[in-house]
Amino acid sequence: MHVIVVGLSHKTAPVEIREKLAVPESRLREALTRLCTYPGVREGLLLSTCNRVEVYAVVEDLESGYGRVQEFLADTHLSLSSEHLTPHLYWHAGDRAIGHLFRVASSLDSMIVGESQILGQIKDAFEVALTHKASGLLLNKIVKKAISVAKRVRTETKIAETAVSVSYAAVELAKKIFSNLTEKTVLLIGAGEMAKLAARHLIANGVRQVRITTRNFQHGLEVAQKFNGTAVPFEDYKTELAGADIVLVSTGASHYLVTADDVQRAMRQRMSRPMFLIDISVPRNIDPAVRPIDDAFLFDIDDLHMRVEQNREDRLREAAKAEQMVVEEVAVLGQWLQSLEVTPTIVALRSRAEDIKRREVEKVLARLTHLTSEDRAAVEALASAIVNKMVHGTMVTLKTEATSSSGAAYVDAARRFFNLEEAQPAYPSGQAEGQEIPERNGPGHEATGFSEPSLVQHTTKEPGRRGR
Amino acid sequence: MSSVFFMLTMGLYFVSTVCYLAYLLRRAETLSKVSLGITAAGFATHTVALLARMADTSQAQLPTFHEALSFFSWMLILVFLAVEFRRQLHVLGSFIVPLALISLVTAAAFRSDEASTLQPVFKTLWVHVTLSMLGTVGFAVAFVAGVMYLIQDGLLKSKRFNVLYAKLPALDYLDHLNQQSIVMGFPLLTLGIISGAFSAEIVRGTYVNWNPEQTWAMVTWGFYFAVLVGRLTIGWRAKRAAYLTIIGFAGVILTLIGVVLKSHGSVS
Repeated sequence: MHVIVVGLSHKTAPVEIREKLAVPESRLREALTRLCTYPGVREGLLLSTCNRVEVYAVVEDLESGYGRVQEFLADTHLSLSSEHLTPHLYWHAGDRAIGHLFRVASSLDSMIVGESQILGQIKDAFEVALTHKASGLLLNKIVKKAISVAKRVRTETKIAETAVSVSYAAVELAKKIFSNLTEKTVLLIGAGEMAKLAARHLIANGVRQVRITTRNFQHGLEVAQKFNGTAVPFEDYKTELAGADIVLVSTGASHYLVTADDVQRAMRQRMSRPMFLIDISVPRNIDPAVRPIDDAFLFDIDDLHMRVEQNREDRLREAAKAEQMVVEEVAVLGQWLQSLEVTPTIVALRSRAEDIKRREVEKVLARLTHLTSEDRAAVEALASAIVNKMVHGTMVTLKTEATSSSGAAYVDAARRFFNLEEAQPAYPSGQAEGQEIPERNGPGHEATGFSEPSLVQHTTKEPGRRGR
Repeated sequence: MSSVFFMLTMGLYFVSTVCYLAYLLRRAETLSKVSLGITAAGFATHTVALLARMADTSQAQLPTFHEALSFFSWMLILVFLAVEFRRQLHVLGSFIVPLALISLVTAAAFRSDEASTLQPVFKTLWVHVTLSMLGTVGFAVAFVAGVMYLIQDGLLKSKRFNVLYAKLPALDYLDHLNQQSIVMGFPLLTLGIISGAFSAEIVRGTYVNWNPEQTWAMVTWGFYFAVLVGRLTIGWRAKRAAYLTIIGFAGVILTLIGVVLKSHGSVS
C-alpha cells in the first residue's frame, strides 16, 4: 500500500494547463467516484484550486498507481493527453507525499507564502472525500494531521503575521501610528480599486468614519454607500484634510492635489495630532514636500511595495522554521504508518500475549508451592493454550486481510483492541520485510510462522518525470 | 543583609539590561521572557534590600541620597512591571531597565552606613523625598516614552522598517504614555516641593533660599507646568511633547545633582 500524490501547481504549470485541469465543485463528486473506480486505487482525495490540482491517493502498486492517477488527470479534460501533462506533473510517494501535503496545507508551497486560503480549501476537499467515502483510514489520518500541522505552523511561526499586499501594508503602517483605529476617520480622495481595498481593510480593522470625495459626486455617493460612509463634494477636499486621521489618495490627476501648504494648514488645525497620508496614485497626487512636515507621515506606492517586499522576506525566514516542523510531523506520522504494518503487529501481539501469560503463571505458581514439576508444566501449558487460542483468530484474520482494501483498518483495530500502541515494533521495519520471524514455540503452540510483507510501504524513491 | 541583596539586585539588573538591549536587536521573542524573569527576580531582591534597609534605619535619621535613588529605581521597575503586565510592551524594558540600573549604580556610589541622627520633626523630610522621587519616576517614564517616540517617528519618516520598528508600539500610544506619566508625576512633584519647603522652614527657618536644588526644582516644576498646560491647551503633543519631556528630564537630573552638592556640604 502506498500513499502517493500526483499533481501540478503554479510552480510547474502555466495557468492554461491549470484552468483545464481544475475541477469545479459541482463535478468534484463525479471525479472522485471515477478516481476510485480505477483498479488498484484504494483511497482518493482531489484538491483543486486556482493554483494547484493534486490527487492524493492510496494505491496498491506504486508504478501502476502513478499511471492510473495521471490517466485520471488527463481524462478530466478532453483536449488533454497524458503526454501533454507529463512535463508539468510531480509525483511523490510515502513520506514525501505526506510532507508535500503538510507543506501545501501550511501554505509553504503557495504563491504567497503564509496565505490562509489553502487550508480552507483542503478542509473542503477533505469534506467532499469524506462524504463520498473516497478517503479511508490512511488519508483521513494524513489529512487531519496536515490540518493540525498547518495550525501549528500558523501559531508557532510568524508566517502569516505580516502584510503581503499593498493595500494591507497600508493598514499595517496605520497601526504603527494609531494604536486604535476605531475612533479614526479615513478620507478617500478618489476611489481607485486599491484605495477601496485599503479602505475595506481599514474598516475591517475598526475604522468607522469613512469620508469619500470623487470628481464625480454620483460615483462618490455610490462608494460611500458601500462603505457606510459620507460623500463630500470634491471642491471641499482641502478643508476635509484637517478632520482626517488617515488620507488615502488615488485619483487619475496628473498634478499634486495635496500640497505641503495644505498639509501644514491641516496640521495646525489638528494641533499636531498625527496624520497618515497614503498616495497610491501614479503619477503622485501628494507633493513629496509633505514628508518633512512634523507629525504627518506620507507613504507612496513605492514605500508600500518596499514594505511588502520586506514582509515577504520575513515570511520566507519564518517558512524555514515551518519546514523544520513539517519534517518533524512527517516523522511522527511515519511512526503511526509503520505501526500499520502487519508483521510487527503480529509480533507485538504475540509478545503481548506471551507477556500476560508469563506474569499470570508466575503469580499462580508462586502461591501453589506444593505442586509437582509435572503439575507446574501442566498449568503453564494450560495458560499457553488459552492465550494462543485467544489471539490465533486475530492473527489469521490479520494475515488474510493484509492484502485486502481494509487491511490497514484491521491492523489499526487489532492494535487498539490489544492495546499495542505503546509496544514498539519488535524489530526495525527494514529488517522486517521478507524475513522470518523468530518463533517461540511453547507447549501446545501452533507454529504459525507468519511472514507477511508489510502493509504500508514507505517509499522515498522519486520516480522522476516519466514520459509514457 | 541589605547590602548583600543590594549587590545581588545590581547584578540581576545588569544581566537583565544586557538581555533587554540584545532583545532590541534580535528577532528572538524568548529573549524578552528571559529578561522579564531576571528583572522580576531583581525586583524581588530589591524589595528585600529596601525592607532590610528600612528595618536598619530609624525614622529619626535623615533620608540619604542613596536611599532616594534606590527607591527611585525600585519604583521605576514597579511601573515597568505594571505596564508590561497590562500591555505586554516588552520593548519598554529595553529602555526602563537600563535607566533603573544607572540610578542603582549611582545609588551604590553614594552608599554610606553612617547616617546623621536628627530630631523627630524631620519626619517631613521623608515625605518630601518620597513624593519628589515618585514625581521623578513619572518624569522618567515620560522621558523614556519620549525617546521611544522620537525613535519610532524617525524610523517611520525615514522608512526604515527594521526590528526596532516592529517592536516599538504605535506613536499615539507612546504619546499617551508620555501624557499619562506627566499627569501623574506633576502633582507628586508639586507636593514634593511643598513638603520640601516646609522641611526647609523647620530646618533653616525659611521656606526658600534658592540653593541649586531649590532653584532647579522650581525651574523643573515651571517647565513641566508649561509642558502640561501647553499640551492641554495648544496641542503641544506628539514630537514636540517628546522633545520637551526629554529636556525636562535633564532639568530633573540637574536638580538631583543639586541635592548631591547640598548633601556634601558645598552649598548650604
